[in-house]
Amino acid sequence: MQYDEKRLTRIVATDCGSTTTKAILIEWVDGEFRQTLRGEAPTTVEAPLNDVTKGVINATQELEELARLKYHNPNIKFMENGEFVIPRKGDVGVDAYVSTSSAGGGLQMMVTGVVAAMTGESAERAALGAGAIVMDLIASNDRRMNYEKIERIRQLRPDMILMAGGEDGGTVKHVVEMAELVASADPKPRLGSGYKLPVIYAGNKDAREEIIKTLGEKVDLIITDNIRPKLEIENLLPAREKIHDLFMEHVMKQAPGYNKLMEWTIGPEHEQVPIMPTPAAVGNIMQAIAKEEQIEVLGVDIGGATTDIFSVFTKDFVFNRTVSANLGMSYSISNVLASAGLDNIMRWVPFDINENELRNMIKNKMIRPTTVPSLLEELVLEQAIAKEALRLAFEQHKSFASSLKGMQKQRDISEAFSQSLSGETIVNMLTLDLLVGSGGVLSHAPRRNQTVMMLIDAFLPEGITRLSVDSIFMMPHLGVLSEISTKAATEVFNKDCMVYLGTCVAPVGKGKIGKPALYAKLELPDGSVFEEDIPFGEIRLIPCEVGQKAKATLKTHKGLILDQDKKKEITVDLHGGIVGIVIDTRGRQPFVLPTEKSERIAALKKWMKELKAYPEHILV
Amino acid sequence: MGQAYSAGLTVTDNIILRKERILPLKGQVVVKKGDKVKAEDVVAETLLPGKVIPFNLANKLGVTPQQLENYIKIQPGQKITKNTVLAANKGLFGLGIMKNEVLSPIDGEVENISSVTGQILLREPKIPVQVKAFIDGLVTDVIEDEGVIIENKSAYIQGIFGLGGETYGELKILAESPDDELDVAKIDASCAGKIIVAGAFAAYHSIDIARKNGVKAIITGGLDDQDIKKLLGYDIGVAITGHENIGITIVCTEGFGKINMANKTFELLKRFEGHKTSIHGRTQIRAGVIRPEIIIPLEFDEKELVAKTSSMPVLEIGTVIRIIRQPHFGQIAKVTALPEELTKVESETLVRVLEAEFEDGTRTILPRANVEVIES
Repeated sequence: MQYDEKRLTRIVATDCGSTTTKAILIEWVDGEFRQTLRGEAPTTVEAPLNDVTKGVINATQELEELARLKYHNPNIKFMENGEFVIPRKGDVGVDAYVSTSSAGGGLQMMVTGVVAAMTGESAERAALGAGAIVMDLIASNDRRMNYEKIERIRQLRPDMILMAGGEDGGTVKHVVEMAELVASADPKPRLGSGYKLPVIYAGNKDAREEIIKTLGEKVDLIITDNIRPKLEIENLLPAREKIHDLFMEHVMKQAPGYNKLMEWTIGPEHEQVPIMPTPAAVGNIMQAIAKEEQIEVLGVDIGGATTDIFSVFTKDFVFNRTVSANLGMSYSISNVLASAGLDNIMRWVPFDINENELRNMIKNKMIRPTTVPSLLEELVLEQAIAKEALRLAFEQHKSFASSLKGMQKQRDISEAFSQSLSGETIVNMLTLDLLVGSGGVLSHAPRRNQTVMMLIDAFLPEGITRLSVDSIFMMPHLGVLSEISTKAATEVFNKDCMVYLGTCVAPVGKGKIGKPALYAKLELPDGSVFEEDIPFGEIRLIPCEVGQKAKATLKTHKGLILDQDKKKEITVDLHGGIVGIVIDTRGRQPFVLPTEKSERIAALKKWMKELKAYPEHILV
Repeated sequence: MGQAYSAGLTVTDNIILRKERILPLKGQVVVKKGDKVKAEDVVAETLLPGKVIPFNLANKLGVTPQQLENYIKIQPGQKITKNTVLAANKGLFGLGIMKNEVLSPIDGEVENISSVTGQILLREPKIPVQVKAFIDGLVTDVIEDEGVIIENKSAYIQGIFGLGGETYGELKILAESPDDELDVAKIDASCAGKIIVAGAFAAYHSIDIARKNGVKAIITGGLDDQDIKKLLGYDIGVAITGHENIGITIVCTEGFGKINMANKTFELLKRFEGHKTSIHGRTQIRAGVIRPEIIIPLEFDEKELVAKTSSMPVLEIGTVIRIIRQPHFGQIAKVTALPEELTKVESETLVRVLEAEFEDGTRTILPRANVEVIES
């Protein structure tokens, strides 16, 4: 059911994250939907409170207090007796309350397949697309001994299992063998011991009978369409829908306070609006942008514990999501150091620092995840770590977001020489139109210029790419809001959520420091002209406001290209933004930083100064 | 707003504790309600199912999975020993020539036989598991087949980070003051079986010597990241600890680096020198926060066992706080003001702040997120 302003004038939306519950107020103001206020409170899904709704009440109370101040009206309230009043009656109540959740570790799944790179990967894609964290992929060919697999299944305690394997009419034996392993491991659900573990079977339909025989009594077995009915066809939707149903029916019901929260999330007619896993809601928004604007989109949400990457590439708008479960800026920050290595973090730091101090600082952030950098040096260090977390998460995404593996590919003569394989990544930075950042370190950076710097250094956009950021982290809220009002979600998204930062122009290829790389002439809306033959190894920031465009003529020098067609000269309109247009001639494929420390620090300082990323005194 | 919720760690000389001691699987509770137990007493025990060994019997016998039932000699649930005949064919022409027998590789039980895959699953014998009381106290409740609730009155300190599992021993103070480093020269045979208290720091070398001298646990203000790596042989990526098998338990009260132990914590430990103490290093920062604990049981009367209802620590004027990030990391102060408006700090971040006063009377402004309430 969809509603417009006639039934929706005031909506509260929350996202119950693992650390913080974030509430936003959306109102119909002066003929449009706007996000007007924001409140937050610690999430209360754990001891001592053990009830998620307490955090929701606290965050909503902050919204109420702020609303009374904003409208100079002491009578405004959204809740009475600790519950939402729906629908709104004058100053009291709201017309709908919706929520997403990733509290308590989100939705944790295990998936199985026959061939890891084929049905296993399809199962993984379905689970990730539904907003889950995949704890492990167990496949017939994953090189572990069967007893090791059983041990692993036993230890994991997932919220649910998705089993795939075999195309329709294909192998029965291997699929049943996997079911036997699951049955003998007799896995227990992570939350609550009073119910059977949900297992979704989405494999070869010829094996269903045997699967029921093997697993039917031990687990709560749900059968759905084969995820990979043929090698060249992937059918993820039925499995994803089952995951969402089970998430509500089983997992959410077990989490502390969620029974109550599920009753609270209702629309104006008191109909239930299911709580959505946070990443699923963000995925909805990313896909909606790509389809509505007919563009390729890459989005990232970097949190305290995990980093999610979403992408929509190719003309068929193929959606992929990956979650790097141990790359984040607080709980998992120490793992970023362990995965990236100290040198990779230090390469983004424009000053000398004692290594031991840095290591201890990172560990202290891990054990006290909610602290914020108060000193400028610590902010610079956190942003250096963020670049590495983003880079590593993106590398994982690129290798996962691929065409289907194991397919026979018909090739024409030209392709026969290009050595292209099935299963290659579909992420192409040269065709990417929009890069969207989200999550604390990107959304709450003191200067938006820092967000631009982190996005460029971590993702290394190629050619011409627009950059944006989720203003205050409200994509999850809007993703679930769109279930009852696409109109409200879209209007708020365009006006309050997306902050266009600007455009990055980055020629691809090698060059020599100081030699000419890109001739750029930008005619700006105020009549001024930027014109420079920019040498290799530089960054330029040209202010151009949000909603405005600069008419650009760009000519690359030897060895560098600007787009998919390898053009060396293009005339194009470049979108402005709150930061402006960034021309980055530091090269791509490869992007290389000076190896010698003093040279590197000097280069970083020069680029950071040009980008106005930090106060000058730290860059002297 | 006159107050706000904040993170906090408890340091108190008097708390009513309630500990669940639960088996990983259902089993037998061996104590009853009203029993007084010691930390080292077993309160419940069970048998964990043994390891499952998959075994492709059809392959071993050289028949198809469908043919297997003609040759099988066992059935699900049957107890077996090593060399029990699992299946045998009749040999050439049914005369026993070149007869093939497949023997069990383990002692245990037959779990399952599949005619689809030809695989059988064998299970090794059950593994006994015991749960101990961990703290001296009173069994106030029994959860049938699962475990018990033990209550007591204790002096109690929550650490911030720890390594190693549950242990108990007598408390021995080795530091002169909270800013001392653990001195190797003071660790000798008299420390065996004890829980020793360092001041601000315990370096790898002293931890190693302590371990060699049979020390049960170390309580320290700070630890070094690289020392932990040396101790464990790997770097900690996410803070989920307590399962390490390093022959010693370590509880860190303040954080990483050399950080003076909070005076209150140090004085409390000093007061109870010589007392039997229970300690564990289990830490989980995310999803169900678990902090390491130092528990010093006190004499109590049953009537005293009424636990306070838990609530979130509150920041208000007068609250004693520990600063948990630079600048002033590790220092203790008192809240003197909680201004409402957002304030820009040095990093240009706009945050909610508080004003705090140090013991010497000087004052500072800090992000509220960078302090921890010291609860008592």
